[in-house]
Amino acid sequence: MVRDGTRTVLTMSNDFKGDPKEFAVVVPVPTFLERGQIHIGDRALIDHLDAYSAPRLVEYFDPDPCQRYEAMDRAMKAGNMQAPMASRADELRAKALGVTVEAKYTVGEYDIVILSAKQSGGLEAWLTENGYTIPRGAGAVLAGYIKQNIRFFVAKVNLTEQAKLGFSYLRPIQVAFESPKFMLPIRLGMVNADGPQELFVFALTRDGRVETTNYRTVRLPEGMDVPEYVKEEFPDFYRAMFSEQVRKERGEAVFLEYAWDMGWCDPCAADPLSQEELKGLGVWWVGDPRGDAGGGAQQVFITRLHVRYDNAHFPEDLVFQQTGDKSNFQGRFVIHHPWKGGSECSGIDSYVTELRARRAKEAENLASLTSWSIQRIRRKMNLANDWSAPGDDPKWWQRMWPSN
Amino acid sequence: MTTRDAAPSLALSSRRFDPRWWQICCLSGLLTYGLFWLSFDVPPTQVVATIGVALGVQWLLTRALKIPTFEWKSALISGLGLCFLFRANEWWLAAVTASIAIGSKFFIRWNGKHIWNPTNIALALMMLLLPAQAWVSPGQWGSGPTMAYAMACGGAFVVNRSARSDTSIAFIAAFAAILFGRSLWLGEPMTIPIHRLLNGALMIFTFHMISDPKTTPNTRAGRILFACLVAAGAAFVAFVLFRPNGPIWALAALAPTVPLIDRILPGPRYEWKRPVAGPFWKGDSREPMAARAGDFAGGRVLGAGRV
Repeated sequence: MVRDGTRTVLTMSNDFKGDPKEFAVVVPVPTFLERGQIHIGDRALIDHLDAYSAPRLVEYFDPDPCQRYEAMDRAMKAGNMQAPMASRADELRAKALGVTVEAKYTVGEYDIVILSAKQSGGLEAWLTENGYTIPRGAGAVLAGYIKQNIRFFVAKVNLTEQAKLGFSYLRPIQVAFESPKFMLPIRLGMVNADGPQELFVFALTRDGRVETTNYRTVRLPEGMDVPEYVKEEFPDFYRAMFSEQVRKERGEAVFLEYAWDMGWCDPCAADPLSQEELKGLGVWWVGDPRGDAGGGAQQVFITRLHVRYDNAHFPEDLVFQQTGDKSNFQGRFVIHHPWKGGSECSGIDSYVTELRARRAKEAENLASLTSWSIQRIRRKMNLANDWSAPGDDPKWWQRMWPSN
Repeated sequence: MTTRDAAPSLALSSRRFDPRWWQICCLSGLLTYGLFWLSFDVPPTQVVATIGVALGVQWLLTRALKIPTFEWKSALISGLGLCFLFRANEWWLAAVTASIAIGSKFFIRWNGKHIWNPTNIALALMMLLLPAQAWVSPGQWGSGPTMAYAMACGGAFVVNRSARSDTSIAFIAAFAAILFGRSLWLGEPMTIPIHRLLNGALMIFTFHMISDPKTTPNTRAGRILFACLVAAGAAFVAFVLFRPNGPIWALAALAPTVPLIDRILPGPRYEWKRPVAGPFWKGDSREPMAARAGDFAGGRVLGAGRV
């Protein structure tokens, strides 16, 4: 999602895995869209953006300061509605239903229809008659949008075009429009969902961080030390950590995973995006000679938001605002590898004491981040016979008479 | 404040309790909650700068304009309000905002009354002039029902004490009516307007900003009219302009109508230390005399044009 002033470029990517002829999306859009306002994007750009901004695990080796990074690979998911291929719409029938087919386009592998409607019943009927499976409850949601003069962007896969183009996956659809509304409709996505939905929002702006104005935007914990073994199961750890944070915020918050000036990163999970890539995502002001982005500065700020939403906790669509906050934030966790060298040097005793305290702390951190049991964590840290097992701090008399 | 106020009977003195003490307690509590439980992005430097500058400017202007009383409580309230509403990258922007807030009380006056709530005008001006550097984060309070309830109670106590509950109640009632009415018309589920009403920032606005007795009309009818206007303005900003912080913009834009409302519906001006009017349902009968010359911030000097 690219936003500056009233201009928005929305790139919708999804991880649809089924038969392409079963794929369809219905997206409420605030304005009519001309053919030129619709574009097919490159999924590699989304993947790159995802990799660049992904939560990361940073490793430090004691006392060697070298470091490596590992990024988690995750896919972006968008709410979609599944429907079989539709037959051609009957204009008269549409009129009778109060549905206006404002435009029809074939863009890339997609057949796109822009609809407006007078009442939700008509729209539901039109969608059903044209072969879209409308989940129960969608009518009520559609009704709320209709009176606000919102158009519906309906896309499905044109199999002939797809075969001609030869893509084995569905490319993201991009739309560009001008509207004061800075929001993301999530309510339709909840209608046919069994449980909570996951949504990642990558917002690219000129001035600073994006936050929600009708829900709390919360920074995820970051920079905490966790036990070494987390490296082996980072995705599991991250999921557990995220679920725990959602629970702590009573399921009502939007989480900030990354906020950074797109010009650089430290540490980098992936290289920053090039000007060309940013343009591909719809950042129209980069490299524009009329714009004020001269002198090498990209003037692009990325905000990565992660939402787990359901009807009970997210009754409204997400409404955003751009803030002036340019401070950098990253979802980052740290592991320290203890020094495995010889134990002959003079400072080894104090190092061992420090290490014990650190490992105890790491176990506590992990337990509080994920709500995993501390016993299980300690067991998994597998230090029972090591000289630095967690939780076995030397007693004060042991410290007083170490040779006893 | 005059010396006449300082010789009360014992029975009267409990009612003379300055409502600003309650405001200060409520606002300090909210600030602590915001900073430590909700982890607001307000660095300690900004808190110190805002409150320090608010008090400093109040003191300086009190001295410079030879006003007898240094109203530190009012300045502290403005400072506290700014601390949890105003956001900026630089601490000195917060200091500028605090100066605007306090300065507006002394210099933007009509009929011996300042026109804008200091916190409100400072926020609106900063967001208008420096949109890329200054902002308000209305979502950051979340919408936990318990919290909304606690704030409503705390706020209700304060407004009741300062005898201006009617403004808050009229505003929230009118705004709720608009939100529910709109959702009914659109056919949306009622969870949507409820969620909007449970916004913590809206509660703070209702009980700690629009309720300011110094900048609302002097009569009950005037205040209810004004509150309804602000509610309509807030809805206009949210649903026609699609901008956040509707109530703040609406209050700033509509505050200049207060002198007009006071002209149409004349009544005695509010004073902090006068015997308060009692609960809102008992009416204005206990707000007796016309305002005195020593009114609030600089009335003696600047209020000369008063009718």
